[in-house]
Amino acid sequence: MTNNKNFSHDIVILGVGMTPVGEHWDLSIRELALEAIAAARSEAPDVLPEAFYAANMLAPALSGQSQLGALLADFAGLRGIEAMSIESAGASGGLALRQAFLGIKSGLLKSALVVGVEKVTDRVGPQVDAALATMTDADYEAVQGITPTTQAALMMRRYLHEYDAPDDALAGFSINAHANAVSNPLAMFKRAIKIEQYKKSPMVSDPINMFDAAPLADGAAAILLTRSDSVPADFNKPLVKIIASAVSSNALALHDQPDPLVISTAEASAKSAYRQADVQPEDIDLFELHDQFTILSALSLEAAGFAQKGEGWKLAADGAIHREGRIPICTFGGSKARGETGGSTGVTQVVEVVRQLQGLAGENQVKNAKIGMAQCLGGIGATAATHILAV
Amino acid sequence: MEISQHWRLKQQRYGLVGEVCPHCEVKIFPPRDICPDCGKDAKTLYQFSGHGEVYSYSTVHQAPAGHEENAPYTVALIRLDEGPMVSAQLTDLGDRALEIGMPVEMVTRKLRSEGERGMLVYGYKFRPVLNPA
Repeated sequence: MTNNKNFSHDIVILGVGMTPVGEHWDLSIRELALEAIAAARSEAPDVLPEAFYAANMLAPALSGQSQLGALLADFAGLRGIEAMSIESAGASGGLALRQAFLGIKSGLLKSALVVGVEKVTDRVGPQVDAALATMTDADYEAVQGITPTTQAALMMRRYLHEYDAPDDALAGFSINAHANAVSNPLAMFKRAIKIEQYKKSPMVSDPINMFDAAPLADGAAAILLTRSDSVPADFNKPLVKIIASAVSSNALALHDQPDPLVISTAEASAKSAYRQADVQPEDIDLFELHDQFTILSALSLEAAGFAQKGEGWKLAADGAIHREGRIPICTFGGSKARGETGGSTGVTQVVEVVRQLQGLAGENQVKNAKIGMAQCLGGIGATAATHILAV
Repeated sequence: MEISQHWRLKQQRYGLVGEVCPHCEVKIFPPRDICPDCGKDAKTLYQFSGHGEVYSYSTVHQAPAGHEENAPYTVALIRLDEGPMVSAQLTDLGDRALEIGMPVEMVTRKLRSEGERGMLVYGYKFRPVLNPA
C-alpha cells in the first residue's frame, strides 16, 4: 500500500483542458486530443512534459488506430518524448493519471502530460455496441449477446428487487446530472429533464431506459502535472495537489463477482485513497463518480462509504447529491449529461474537480470546495481508479 | 470470433463443464484453474447439472453486431444449484411471466450466426423448468 507521506514531493496540477463533448464530425481523434492538450499546456506554457500518457478505449476497434501514445505525442509536437497508450475501458483515464503520478512520485520524471480521448461517432450503433461488448468477458458474456448495458441492467433489476426500491428510484441521478449540465458550455445535453420524461423514456435494456444510460460521444481532456518544487514562478492559479491515487481490479464478468451489487474495485480503491489522503468520506466536498448508468451512481456512492449497502439511491431521492447537497456528484453534468467519453472520462472528471478546487467552475461552482474525489470504472467495475485532490 | 476460439470452449458451451476445487470443494464455473475461494490450484473437471434459478434478467432491444437478428432477446444471471453464477440467454419462454427466482434448466441452442456462409455458434441457454418438482 502506497503512503504519500513517505515521499518528499507533492504532485501538483499545472494545467487542465478539455473539448466540448458531442458529435465532432469535423475532428479526427488526433485533432480532438490536440485541442485538449493545447488548452492544458497553455496554462503553463514554459513547462515541457517529460512523459506522455494517452488514455483511450476504442480507437483500435472504431478508428483502426493503435499506438495512440506515439501518434498523439507526435501530433502535439512532442516528438521523441516517452509516450504510451493506456487501455482499461472506462477506467483508462484514471489509470493514465495513475501512471503519471507514479512516474513523478518515483523521482524519475519531473513533469508529465496525460490526455484522454475517445472518437466514437465514425461508426454506427451495432458496431459500437459490439466494440463496447469487448469490455465484458468475451468467452462467457459477449458471446451471449451481453454488452456493458446488459450487465448494468442485470445489476439494476436485482438492486430494485433486493432493496424493494421503487421503479423510479434511480431517476434522481439522471435529473441531477441534466440539471448540472445546463450551465456547462462543454456539455452534450445542456437541458434539464423532469421525472415525467424519465418515466416515459423508452427501454434500452430493461429496466435501463434512455435516461438511465449515458450517451457515448466524442471528446478529449488533458492534464499537465509536475512536482511541487518545479512550479513556474509566474504560475497564478490556486495550486491543486493530488493527495491520493489508487487502482483496483477484479473479474470482468458480472457472474464472477462475489456480490454483483458491490463494486469491489470502487470500494477497495476508495478505501486506499482515503487512507493515503488521511480523510474520511465526510471530508469530501464533491465526488465526480462514473455515472455511465444510474445504477453505477448508487453503487459507487455505497462503495465509497457515502451510503449503506442498498441505500445509495436515497441520496438521489433526497437531494444530497445536488451541488448544494451533502455530497455533490457530477457537478458539470457527469457522463449522463456532459456526455460519456470512454477512455477520456477519467481525465475529464479530474479536469472538472480541478476547476472546482480552483474556484473556476463558474455557475457550476460547489461552494468552498477544498477536497474533491474522482473515480472512473472500466465496464461495470472490473477496474476502478480513484484520485483525491485538494487545494 | 474465430473457429478455434469457440472450439476450445466446447465442453463449457455444450456440457456446462466447470471445475471443483480439490482443496475446499467449491464448484467453479466458468473454469478458471485457480480456486476463487481458497486461491489454490483447481483443475479437476466437474459436470454441472444445468439446473438453477434466475437471479436477474433483462431484455435487450438494441443488440450488438452479430446478435441483431435475434433481438429482442432476454439475458439472465442464473444462480446454478451448485453455487456459481452464469450469464446466459433465456429461451422457450412462451408467454410465461419472467420473475426473479424462477427455476430454469440448461438447453443447447444457436447463440449467433455470422451471415449465410458464416459460422453458426451453438452453446447453452436456459429455459423455464418444464416439470418443476
